[in-house]
Amino acid sequence: MQKVPVSLWTLLAGMLIAAISLWISHNHTLLPVAASQQAPLVDRFFNIMFTIAIALFIVVEGTILIFLVKYRRRQGDNTDGVPVEGNIALEIFWTAIPTIIVIALGIYSVDIYNQMGGLEPAAHLHSPVAHVVSSSTLAAEELKSTTAPSYGFNGSPQNQSKPADVVVDVQGMQFAWLFNYPDSGVSAGELHIPVGADVQLNLSATDVIHSFWVPQFRLKQDAIPGISTKLRFVATKPGTYPIVCTELCGGYHGSMRSEVVVQTPEEYQSWLTENQLAQKQHQVVAINPANLSPSEFLAPYVHAMGIGDSEF
Amino acid sequence: MTKVEHLNTSHPTAWKWYDYFTFNVDHKVIGIQYLVTAFVFYLIGGLMAIAIRAELATPDADLLDPNLYNAFMTNHGTIMIFLWIVPSAIGGFGNYLVPLMLGARDMAFPRLNAIAFWLNPPAGLLVLGSFLFGGSQSGWTAYPPLSLVTAHVAQTMWILAIVLVGSSSILGSVNFVVTILMMKVPSMKWDQVPLFCWAILATSILALLSTPVLAAGLVLLLFDLNFGTSFFKPEAGGNVVLYQHLFWFYSHPAVYLMILPIFGIMSEVIPVHARKPIFGYKAIAYSSVAICVVGLFVWVHHMFTSGTPGWMRMFFTISTLIVAVPTGVKIFGWVATLWGGKIRFTSAMLFAVGLLSMFVMGGLSGVTMGTAPFDVHVHDTYYVVAHFHYVLFGGSVFGIYAGIYHWFPKMTGRKLNETWGRVHFALTLIGTNLTFLPMHELGLQGMPRRVAMYDPQFIDLNVICTIGSLILGLSVIPFMINILQSWHHGELAGDNPWQALTLEWTTSSPPMIENWEVLPVVTHGPYDYGHDNGMNLHSSVTEEARA
Repeated sequence: MQKVPVSLWTLLAGMLIAAISLWISHNHTLLPVAASQQAPLVDRFFNIMFTIAIALFIVVEGTILIFLVKYRRRQGDNTDGVPVEGNIALEIFWTAIPTIIVIALGIYSVDIYNQMGGLEPAAHLHSPVAHVVSSSTLAAEELKSTTAPSYGFNGSPQNQSKPADVVVDVQGMQFAWLFNYPDSGVSAGELHIPVGADVQLNLSATDVIHSFWVPQFRLKQDAIPGISTKLRFVATKPGTYPIVCTELCGGYHGSMRSEVVVQTPEEYQSWLTENQLAQKQHQVVAINPANLSPSEFLAPYVHAMGIGDSEF
Repeated sequence: MTKVEHLNTSHPTAWKWYDYFTFNVDHKVIGIQYLVTAFVFYLIGGLMAIAIRAELATPDADLLDPNLYNAFMTNHGTIMIFLWIVPSAIGGFGNYLVPLMLGARDMAFPRLNAIAFWLNPPAGLLVLGSFLFGGSQSGWTAYPPLSLVTAHVAQTMWILAIVLVGSSSILGSVNFVVTILMMKVPSMKWDQVPLFCWAILATSILALLSTPVLAAGLVLLLFDLNFGTSFFKPEAGGNVVLYQHLFWFYSHPAVYLMILPIFGIMSEVIPVHARKPIFGYKAIAYSSVAICVVGLFVWVHHMFTSGTPGWMRMFFTISTLIVAVPTGVKIFGWVATLWGGKIRFTSAMLFAVGLLSMFVMGGLSGVTMGTAPFDVHVHDTYYVVAHFHYVLFGGSVFGIYAGIYHWFPKMTGRKLNETWGRVHFALTLIGTNLTFLPMHELGLQGMPRRVAMYDPQFIDLNVICTIGSLILGLSVIPFMINILQSWHHGELAGDNPWQALTLEWTTSSPPMIENWEVLPVVTHGPYDYGHDNGMNLHSSVTEEARA
């Protein structure tokens, strides 16, 4: 008569805890908008870990609370507790359960990380050879990116053998980011990319270590002096998101912020051409900037700074 | 006192107050020297934390110069780790308690012990003195190239300070290993060695294996800074990621240096105040060793976004996750110790239980961060700050407080006031959660750490954190009043106020010089509560007599 209700209560408590953890982990607003191909993978992984964490949290903290109330010393009771020194079965149980959980999480992390493009596929090393036959220019480009080891993210496994749609050289310096588009010669202080395109950022740093993070992309990679790193991803939602430096780089580290503007391909193209034109003019004019008056010198930057002609 | 004079020794019968300011070789004097010095630095580091939180009450850098902010941030971390937690937990409690718990008259090498302590004050002065030169501003991690290009003199002083405390730690560790392995009283069997001693043994071995690597990294950095070498100068062929490997090879195990002794304190405090044998003595002892071994192979999880290849990030994800298993074994062991107990809610027990619940939180967030796919999002954000303050403040500092409430009667002969203790605990618990819980969300949402200015969208949560930090600041006041008042006017404790079974409680409070007239004979295990042995009978008799 007594036994049945206890196990029934345990079952009910278990179901309730599972329901609570699942509900919280799927209805929280802890993470910002997911705006890259990798972001939903990270979020799914986080939500699974969050579910397990909430369940464990409730079980352990709940047990502590129940024990504290139930086994508190009553007034005038100076005896000791039950002399129980251990229980092998129980100890095996609570060693085995976490072991299974962490092994499962470990295997799952590798899978997620691979889908995020974090693992260098072995076949990739041979790809330059294959490209030599088909296209010499492409091979040169491929060679450049594979001969020097580059750490970071290589894009989703399906895209890794192809060159990226948009390549941007990103330079970190105290306390700004500089974005160079080698294909079009455009330089900018903020990153513009087309939505849905396979983008590769080649990260470098001129002075100290910086770290490139877009919280909405769930991606981060250090830009390290002397070591090349890269981030390859697809932005999935148009919008403007912050670029945050996450490696201490000096007094104004906190103000080293920029923006990534994810645009429709048309918007992106027009931004690119506009800047290409403005910066070509600048290249001609700027042969000897010392001879120019400040307003002459600044004129070509008008577009880049986003100031309308009427205001200038 | 008269009995002590029968011993044929050259030292005085008891130490005077000024003996605590000298090169004294008594392990108890050294223990107290460590604890008091460390506490002074805790207050200094705490004031820096308040300054940091005050700056972060607003998004702009309007209170401190950003470089001074970075100097506070760097030295807050440095002081809390190297001059507060490590010296108080290992140097303070370790030196005071290990010989007493083992039935030894002192540490194996008393003079070496004193030297190890006296390396700390100059290190502390170097850290404080560095503020005359702007203070080290490159974080407690001192990553080059930043550490090579900011505040040259201050950075050099910082390196020298860390090398001094590192040397102190190595000397102390040698002493602990030899003492624990060789000097326990012969009647004590290996499975009767208190778990605190096992924890200190594991910690010492870990310190011996890892500290030299940090010293190597820092000496190379020192050479780069001052003698024109270029180990870490990329423009001259150096490699900055190499420094990170050397640094974290020590500094991840350093996390265990800060928590393993605290785990030892937990394993002593909980059984005594729950009146229960520790649940799974062997599992808790071996899990310390397991944490040490696995803990040596997890350092790259601090470098998941650095210049590290994918396979390395995966290997260290898995090794990091494995640490959760032995840590869980300890947590579950302590929770199970509470089961069937007669829990006495003394201040020591409140802090121990507080640690248990805070550490669960820090452990769970730690598992999430240990995985590379999620860590690339939260690395170097406030999520990390939240995590390590839950384990180092909610863990280590709560544990140090538990230890102080528990052993203060042994150290001074007087009990701390329980009412002040409860006020202290309540303020600390509220302050901890108010300060550090919102930081999880800040990090997930996009706020990086180590910043003096931030995106205004994060202001609300930051204000909550700042209010919490002020409560934490206030919480120290009842504690200090309690310590100062109780040291001379507290309720007399007697030899064994908690009816505990470990050997330190078999001598007088405070213990005489050389600890015992006649060394004790071990007749029962350290946690044999509830067994019908003589000790238990005796203690319940005294308890009734006092009531």
